[in-house]
Amino acid sequence: MKDPEKYLEQLKAKGLDPEREARFREELAGTRQISTADRRGPFPDFSRGLYAWHDLAVLQDQERVPNPYQLHMKALDELLERDRQREKDGFPRKIRVGRLIKPGKGGKGKIVVVPSTEEEKFLHDPTIRPPGKGGSTGGSGKGEEGEVIGEQKVRETGEEPGQGPGQGEGEAHEMGASAYELGRVLTEQFQLPNLKEKGKKRSFTRYIYDLTDRNRGSGQVLDKKATLRRIVETNISLGNLPDPSDMDPTRFLISPRDKVYRIFSQEKDYEPQAMVFFLRDYSGSMAGKVTELVATQHVMIYSWLLYQYAGQVESRFILHDTEAKEVPDFDTYYNSRVAGGTEVASAYKLVNEIVEKENLAADYNIYVFHGTDGDDWDTGGDKSIPELVKILSYVSRMGVTIAEHAGTQWTEVARYLENSGLLRDKPDLLRMDIMHEDAEEARVIEGIKRLIS
Amino acid sequence: MELINQHTKAIMEGCKERARAAGLSFTDESLEYIVTNRDLIELSPKVMIPTLYDYWVHDVEVLRGKGEYELYPHNPYETVINTRPPISFYNDNNPDWLNVMIFYHVLGHIDFFQNNLYFRHTWEYDFTGQALSDKRVIAKLRAEKGRWVDYILEFARSIDNLVGYHDELSPLFMAPEAATSSRLDYYFDVFLQVEKKLPVGEYLKEVARYNEAIAQNREEGERIFFAEVTAKYPEMEAHFAKSQNVKRVERRDLMKFLIENSEFLARDENQWMRSVLEVVRKTSIFFQPQIRTKIMNEGWASYWHEKLFLVDDRIKGHEVDFARVHAGVTSMPRVGMNPYALGMRLMYQLKENGDKGKTGYEFDRLSDREERKHFDAATGKGDEYLFKIRSNYCDYLFIKDFVDQEFTNRYDLFVTGKRLDPQRMVWQYYVKSRDANEYRDMVLASLYHPPHIEIAPERGEEGMLYLVHHFEGKQLVSEYIANTMVGIEYLWGAPVQLETSEALMEQPRGSSGREGVEEPEITWQRVVYTMKDKVLSRQVL
Repeated sequence: MKDPEKYLEQLKAKGLDPEREARFREELAGTRQISTADRRGPFPDFSRGLYAWHDLAVLQDQERVPNPYQLHMKALDELLERDRQREKDGFPRKIRVGRLIKPGKGGKGKIVVVPSTEEEKFLHDPTIRPPGKGGSTGGSGKGEEGEVIGEQKVRETGEEPGQGPGQGEGEAHEMGASAYELGRVLTEQFQLPNLKEKGKKRSFTRYIYDLTDRNRGSGQVLDKKATLRRIVETNISLGNLPDPSDMDPTRFLISPRDKVYRIFSQEKDYEPQAMVFFLRDYSGSMAGKVTELVATQHVMIYSWLLYQYAGQVESRFILHDTEAKEVPDFDTYYNSRVAGGTEVASAYKLVNEIVEKENLAADYNIYVFHGTDGDDWDTGGDKSIPELVKILSYVSRMGVTIAEHAGTQWTEVARYLENSGLLRDKPDLLRMDIMHEDAEEARVIEGIKRLIS
Repeated sequence: MELINQHTKAIMEGCKERARAAGLSFTDESLEYIVTNRDLIELSPKVMIPTLYDYWVHDVEVLRGKGEYELYPHNPYETVINTRPPISFYNDNNPDWLNVMIFYHVLGHIDFFQNNLYFRHTWEYDFTGQALSDKRVIAKLRAEKGRWVDYILEFARSIDNLVGYHDELSPLFMAPEAATSSRLDYYFDVFLQVEKKLPVGEYLKEVARYNEAIAQNREEGERIFFAEVTAKYPEMEAHFAKSQNVKRVERRDLMKFLIENSEFLARDENQWMRSVLEVVRKTSIFFQPQIRTKIMNEGWASYWHEKLFLVDDRIKGHEVDFARVHAGVTSMPRVGMNPYALGMRLMYQLKENGDKGKTGYEFDRLSDREERKHFDAATGKGDEYLFKIRSNYCDYLFIKDFVDQEFTNRYDLFVTGKRLDPQRMVWQYYVKSRDANEYRDMVLASLYHPPHIEIAPERGEEGMLYLVHHFEGKQLVSEYIANTMVGIEYLWGAPVQLETSEALMEQPRGSSGREGVEEPEITWQRVVYTMKDKVLSRQVL
């Protein structure tokens, strides 16, 4: 490959019109890059069904939205009312709450919360099929039978470009407004308990700089609206604007003092008061609905805390199988899949390490929520319990959610938590909620009450 | 939403002229609208038909669409609906050369809608007009009955895949000369074959005798024919009379069955529900052919936009732009199955086969590989052949008949598998099979196929509706069963049972369970679900 810069110089020497050059430059600068959120992995078409292809998507190579579970807050009150009415009329509820989508990674994306529902019909279930009969799609190109044509790591390494250390620091999680709204709805509509004020840590402030103050005559960024307002005022006072309903901007006189700029100035910012650790088991056994349940519940808890702390919540996401790792954002947290064994202790240990290293216990209300299917290779909890005890020494509340697979009962985690006596001795600090894999939305919310109240 | 301007319309008319010259056929009128992205978001849940009835699930979809748009702004630029006249929607920011290509694509679709026989029942009326009057009916009912209209809509939609689409379609193809007396049908179809078990030779002799009798005397031929039959088989008339009394078991379409037979719906105060059911049923049947001709329809449109665009004199200088867009549409993915690409390649293959005369008996008889390869009778009937297939095939037949080893070899097609390499913790995608049979089976398995559910009134207790799901190797989505049956129970007004098959899986689970390493063994069992007073129970048979 040639160095593109050099190649561009060569082309320029041969004669290149400025418009094309600008376009090339733009390409080199990477500003034309499109989001690759739905094209993760080398073979994005693998799981795309036949009917996902349509003129709109194909002719224009349009982006596909990867996650269809959403919820919109604006109409949510109304929809919830409809749902309550359904229940009164004797039919099951249908509207789902609290699912999220998010394109992009590294906290740069956006989340929109929208409603979702499913239309149930008798349909064939494509996931259940005899061995060797499926999990396949088409393909084309060279390669002998049996030849591997590509690989994809099961574990996401999380080493994204441009994700240097420090970038995540102080950056609010992008769930922003909609998650706050969700928290409000959860609190008000679902009667979740309000948080008790128990020894809130002092909130301390720091200064950041932002483009907020206005300045006339000079500055960093022209505030067009304010400027225009000034110009109009000036021209009215000059008698240059006889009829306000018929403005002719070409006749306006503009004084240099009319220009209003925004300038950088010091802003007070409050440090977050709460730190929430979300821990999720993503081992091989966590397939399917269990993951969905745990992740949904965590979204709701996160939203609720965001509401309670008026936006001053920081969250950390930890995934574990036999090893634990911290991931940078909810998207990765939600979407990562792996197929390994399970060791709960690894996640607890990582939490302790982080808290100790960053001295978090002094400044934050710390919450830890752990979701698992209850499997643990460390069957007796010999490694987990000591770590757990350590966590309980600084945490405001720890909640363990166990989503049991159909057919299992009284899983390892549930058993050793129960046997340790911690649930009984420290009910203020440690809660456990066991639900079944086919639990409904309402049950998930019920679970949150159990964990938080 | 507004009509396209005159300049663009002129381009469209030019495309129509050229497409007609190439052999496509469609009605003169067509409507093209410019839409904004926002319009499109609001139209898509209603399958692009602005007059389709209102339903809250559509609102949810619109809100969802808006959310998606906020995250993924995009500029969809074309979509077409099958109605009279056909309507297509365009974004206003397409350059002219692109419009030329899109118009050809759209004309391909319109030609397909108006000539493919699976769309036969949609030919005679304007669906958008129909939809508008339905919308008014539903709005009026909603004003009277409130939210209950939405419940009925919901219940109706939960079974709208169980409509007898083929039953609606088949009477439309009855040729008038094929009409024969029921006596004759009984004699040849049942009496000779089932009762007498005549050898084939004898049977054919009998057919020949009938034809001869008709040839000699058109009016009286049948009577003369039967005079001899009665002499030979005196019991024939008695058997025939008896067979007339046995009511023929017709295949029952669940939705129609409920409309006609539900005592609950027949009550005066519930009559209105029937109209809601009719609306949903009609809409469903209208859209059935679309989903059954996906590969053909997209392949056909892509085939023609490529062919017609390349010879269009109005696009000089945009060949490269076209190539980029077109390649994006019709390139075969390394992994995955693109109906545009697959369909278009099949069309090309068939055109070639037609041109070389590889469609006849002479070619079929050849078994030598080399001879088959080089066979060329130079009949030049490719177009004729292609148009015939366009009219008579749906995806199932199209794939089943035409995906052969020659085709898969030519385009290097294979079935892709995905497996876990547990040592290295990677998913491997590999070439699973290059056998045309397996490729074909894989495509066929991904086609739309609603479960075959029949009503068995003779089973089930008094007043109960008994449904039998005929097992085809797949189980139903179990989470959906309860809510679907709640709806059926409501519409039927009494308990409902569903007999179906379910998988018993031996899943290796527990802490060492690793996805995808071992595939679970499946044994099937027959179960009956009973929905009574909105409570679902399950029993293994």
